[in-house]
Amino acid sequence: MSHLRRFGAFWWDFVVGDDWHVAAGLVLALTATWVLADLGVDAWWALPVAVSALLVVSVLREASRQAHGE
Amino acid sequence: MSSDLLLFLAAFLASAVEAVEALTIVLAVGIVRGWRSTLWGVAAAAAVLAIVVAILGPALQAIPISSLRLVVGALLLTFGLQWLRKAVLRAAGLKPLHDENAAFAEERRLAGATTAVVPGRTDWYAFTVAFKGVLLEGLEVAFIVIAFGQSAHGLSLAAAAAAAAIVVVTAVGVIVRGPLARVPENSLKFVVGVLLTSFGIFWAGEGVGVSWPGSDAAIVGIAVFIAALSLGLVRVLRRSRPAMRPVGAGG
Repeated sequence: MSHLRRFGAFWWDFVVGDDWHVAAGLVLALTATWVLADLGVDAWWALPVAVSALLVVSVLREASRQAHGE
Repeated sequence: MSSDLLLFLAAFLASAVEAVEALTIVLAVGIVRGWRSTLWGVAAAAAVLAIVVAILGPALQAIPISSLRLVVGALLLTFGLQWLRKAVLRAAGLKPLHDENAAFAEERRLAGATTAVVPGRTDWYAFTVAFKGVLLEGLEVAFIVIAFGQSAHGLSLAAAAAAAAIVVVTAVGVIVRGPLARVPENSLKFVVGVLLTSFGIFWAGEGVGVSWPGSDAAIVGIAVFIAALSLGLVRVLRRSRPAMRPVGAGG
């Protein structure tokens, strides 16, 4: 593997980690919260709910993956 | 005040966990290959990390506060969720616990299998392994400290917490002269994951224009909520996998 690819792989693993769905979900959650706040909605609840959902889904997906022996 | 305490705790525990893992590598290499080159490697990595914090920390303060909070919050959220996800899976017995004794034995085996050192010469193997170990384990801590440094007060508090953790872990390591296998790493990672995720939610929320009920005190409420959710998740996973040996969150 070239140095550049290893460098990129290191930063990807460092920032994104084992489950890229979580990182992608965070981007969506932040965007949705920003839109709600911009529309004047008192959206303080949105981010805790979205982050909780991301954690639960990610952990359950891993548990299910292991249960199916993947 | 309570948010300062949580900030100190998060930086201290995150640094302590990474310092324990770095200590395992440094001890193994130092014992097998000798200490001079190993400690030069540690010093070089510490210098690089200090430079990263010293340059990036104050530089962040030039960024507008709302953008900064969004970036910092998002960064803490990605780190926090990674730590928390792993800690929940480990506590539920779905992922093996990090074993410092096994890591120590493996590092010693690798260090012993490499070409012998020429007396009086720099041992580049020892230097490189110690440098890489400390740099990689310390990089995340450096970013956490920088993230907390969105105010000058936060930077000094987080840096002091990190320094205190490193001093404590190093002192214990010198006394024990072995890996700190009894440190409940997963419990610490669990707590750090909860705290980083909570600070991430709070700051990223402010960054996108959210007004938190109770202002700074909301961080405590968020932390309680995330901790309860994570512990509940561990409980559900353990119940759904009765055949597995339950490993405590304190494992």
